[in-house]
Amino acid sequence: MEYFAKHYDIAVIGGGHAGIEAALAASRLGAKTVVFAINLDSIGNMPCNPSIGGTSKGHLVREIDALGGEMGRAADATQIQTRMLNLGKGPAVHSLRAQIDRREYQKYMKHVLELQENLDVKQAEIIDLTRNEAGEWQLKTRLEAVYTAKCVIIASGTFLGGRIYIGDVSYESGPDGMFPATELSAALKKLNIPLRRFKTGTPSRVNRRSVDFSVLEKQEDGETETTFSFETKGPNENKSFCYIAYTNDETKKVILENLDRSPLYSGKIEGIGPRYCPSFEDKIVRFPDKLRHQFFVEPCGLDTEELYLQGMSSSLPEDVQLKFLRTIKGLENVEVMRTAYAIEYDCVDPLALKPTLEFLDLEGLYGAGQFNGSSGYEEAAAQGLVAGINAARKVKGEGEFILDRASSYIGTLIDDLVTKGCMDPYRMMTSRSEYRLYLRQDNADVRLTSLGHKIGLISDERYNRYLEKQALIKAEFERVNETTIHVSDALQELLVSRETSPLDKGVKLVELIKRPQLSYDDLTPFDENRPDLPREIFEYVETELKYDGYIKRQQAQIKEMRRLEVKLLPDDMDYDSLDGIRLEAREKLKKIRPHSVGQASRISGVSPSDISVLLIYLSKMGL
Amino acid sequence: MSTIAAISTGQAAGGIGIVRISGENALSVADRIFRSVSGVKLTELKGYRAAFGKAVFQEKELDEAVALVFRAPKSYTGEDVVEINCHGGLLVTKQVLRAALESGAVPAEAGEFTKRAFLNGKMDLTAAESVMNIISAKSDQAKQAALNVLDGSLYKKISEISLSLKRISAQMAAWVDYPDDEIEDLSDEKLTNTLENAKNELKTLISRFDRGQVILEGVETAIIGKPNVGKSTLMNMLTGYEKSIVTSVAGTTRDIVEETVTLGNTVLRLADTAGFRETDDTVEKIGVDRTRIKSGRATLILAVFDASAALDGEDEEIFKLCEGKNAIAVINKTDLDQKLDTEIINRVFNNIVYISAKEERGLAELEKTVEELLGTADFDTTQATLMNERQLVCCKSALDSVEEALGSIEAGVTRDAINVNIDVAIESLDTLTGERATESVVNEIFSQFCVGK
Repeated sequence: MEYFAKHYDIAVIGGGHAGIEAALAASRLGAKTVVFAINLDSIGNMPCNPSIGGTSKGHLVREIDALGGEMGRAADATQIQTRMLNLGKGPAVHSLRAQIDRREYQKYMKHVLELQENLDVKQAEIIDLTRNEAGEWQLKTRLEAVYTAKCVIIASGTFLGGRIYIGDVSYESGPDGMFPATELSAALKKLNIPLRRFKTGTPSRVNRRSVDFSVLEKQEDGETETTFSFETKGPNENKSFCYIAYTNDETKKVILENLDRSPLYSGKIEGIGPRYCPSFEDKIVRFPDKLRHQFFVEPCGLDTEELYLQGMSSSLPEDVQLKFLRTIKGLENVEVMRTAYAIEYDCVDPLALKPTLEFLDLEGLYGAGQFNGSSGYEEAAAQGLVAGINAARKVKGEGEFILDRASSYIGTLIDDLVTKGCMDPYRMMTSRSEYRLYLRQDNADVRLTSLGHKIGLISDERYNRYLEKQALIKAEFERVNETTIHVSDALQELLVSRETSPLDKGVKLVELIKRPQLSYDDLTPFDENRPDLPREIFEYVETELKYDGYIKRQQAQIKEMRRLEVKLLPDDMDYDSLDGIRLEAREKLKKIRPHSVGQASRISGVSPSDISVLLIYLSKMGL
Repeated sequence: MSTIAAISTGQAAGGIGIVRISGENALSVADRIFRSVSGVKLTELKGYRAAFGKAVFQEKELDEAVALVFRAPKSYTGEDVVEINCHGGLLVTKQVLRAALESGAVPAEAGEFTKRAFLNGKMDLTAAESVMNIISAKSDQAKQAALNVLDGSLYKKISEISLSLKRISAQMAAWVDYPDDEIEDLSDEKLTNTLENAKNELKTLISRFDRGQVILEGVETAIIGKPNVGKSTLMNMLTGYEKSIVTSVAGTTRDIVEETVTLGNTVLRLADTAGFRETDDTVEKIGVDRTRIKSGRATLILAVFDASAALDGEDEEIFKLCEGKNAIAVINKTDLDQKLDTEIINRVFNNIVYISAKEERGLAELEKTVEELLGTADFDTTQATLMNERQLVCCKSALDSVEEALGSIEAGVTRDAINVNIDVAIESLDTLTGERATESVVNEIFSQFCVGK
């Protein structure tokens, strides 16, 4: 029998990476919060790759950290191997990536949630969501408990209407053998939420003892001093390694012979899969000329023998999976522990959301993570953080918290989702940011710490440490601008050997650092009074100086872009009453209901002349 | 707000052409392209003042002009505004606009002056509706015009250049975003080759713009010569030429009658004022359209000589006027006895054409010579041609970014920055074709590369 259980300010449905950040942000900002997970052992689970970060995702984690989120600290605490990707490709695309001990990560996250003031953690499946007469959201659990909340954040991941496909076999399931959420979709449809089906997949896990490492390539990487969190004292110690393996002709043959048994090709799966993470059979079909495919053998933790085969995602039948894996050098005798699968799930068309991640038409209801059509733990966490902050601010009667594209990858991610929508699961990429020379991982703290402090997720103590770091940076800028480097034989020799022009007379140190051919380290012997500072300070100063021209130009673009970003469009804007807007633009504007003229200008089908009309209208209304 | 510029008089040939510049830098932009006779700078002038002087660009005088200064908020748009009144017809007005665009202004959108006027409260509220209608009507027109152009070879050419850049951008992006996949690093060589190729294509397009404009708009032509050498005859021959199309537009300020003559591929704009008046002044007697020649506006000079008369001092004057110009010596009356010293003519002119009005001889040769001289001979009109200043600006900014990318490679800058240069170039080109650059690069990644877990 139904019973009333409790009232909260905020209820979070789902305890994955989005749900965790949402629940923590909300409760830390003082809102009475509850987080529901179908199984408490699924909190912070990594049902796919046992790693955090990577290109642009590393940027996201450092931004989450600068705004006071938890993911960075958790990753630092549980990492077993960290490396900086893309060294040598330019500072804008340096990205931190860490292999994670996935069980340790879950334990860490679950405990942080348990200890958090204002937060209750409950194992329950939410089967109904309605609005009651008092205007509150009402949630019902499988065990018929009724909770009420002012705001609800849906972070249902692949649990929502989850269905797993392995060859001919298919069944309702959440990720990693968890129960799915089978009832909630129907309740959401009653609220007129536009649901759709997406699909993703994961490769098999195999036992380390069955792999012949002597024929695999070990991935050699130096440690990096950089950590995800500003609060972690680096460097993170590498305790484990990844290995590289290759598929071959025989592997390809097995795949092609059994393609008819793939649910992807037999038409059983309707969900739209991500372009960037195709299953292995997809790769074979789409790139038939490729002789071999490289993939990675990654550890899942320090006290488990399970290995993750990155790049070998599949939904072929279990017997075919085993057969093609065993064609691979080093895996001839492999024992599979968990079979690869594809999973289909319900998610929302994110065009139904505002940049706060609140539904345009459903006040107090928010979406985050895979539910919003994205993919990836980091993308999920970023959205959870923003949804949690906004829900808490709403409860407290404070203004909306919106990150624009120029502020962060988080802002870019959310703007893309709610403005352009997505036709397949959305993954963050550096190429998605037009401001990427400015949005670097090394300046995430500069870009966002003050904001995190202002909203209340960054402590005074941490903020002061941040200010101290800024003071050191400022002093070093001044020093290199004032320090003169004299001509010497050794210096000239260095300059010539680096194919950069030698000096006629002494120059300021800054001029030498600016040269692309020279590094800070190169100049150490000539820079006699260099202070003893953390390496990150030198790196930051060097990047800012070397890319000064580019960064200034991007900042000018950002200033220009923000002119339209601050011109807000009213929620109840009646686009039908505006003359002069073309039909296509009118339909798009009515659907997306952009938050600002800037957002409107990024909608495909909205032209500069439509924007002029909007500006005129705003001015007419005195807005 | 950026500083915008456009021709605010109509596109038909007329007496006065006005280039309007509006925005916070309007006065300083105007100062870069206008020299007053008194030496006063426009930035020093109060509102509602005018200055007489010359429109100039890169030290070259374009035209006599009057500049009117309006100070914010007392102007049409409510911003600082300069209106440069030119006297020399549409082509010169366009040159002045180009000078403004090269000096810091950006082309105005359809209806943008009006829009700014409204936004700055210079227009009452009841006007709002009609403003919106004007804007949408204008943009529809512009869109239609753009579609017509983009339908053809220009669209194809721009898309080709853009695609070549998208391919390398996608490869660089895949190389960065998928460090664990086996994406090859673009070699400096391939990168440089693609960029060099794009650079050359863009340069060709840009260089064709002027010749395209010559073909579209005509070339300012002055006919000079002593009285009775046959200037009118030549004029009549041209206008009566079987292949020619003649239009007469009555000017409003100086009573200029402008004849537009299509000679083969080339449109000649023959202005006929002082040229055919008889006076006592030597120079005037020569029949010189002095303003045109002195201001360098005449792109082409047809100097007419009488084959049956000897050269004299007045002809020397003509030689001087032709120095350093695209000039053709047109020798008339070749059916009569020859008294002209053709050796001297040969020394002064690189191009000589003999005509006989009576025998209707020499026009085909004149056509050929004009085309060769102006580079219109081999101008293939089916090839991609930029049609307006906006397209020119897009191509130039794309070219700037491509050249910067090349410079960055040369300087050893890392790929992330070079990739941003390339993306900016793609953005500029896609502005022309209406695509979204970021999306198209991402799509390109997934169609080209096998990436992901």
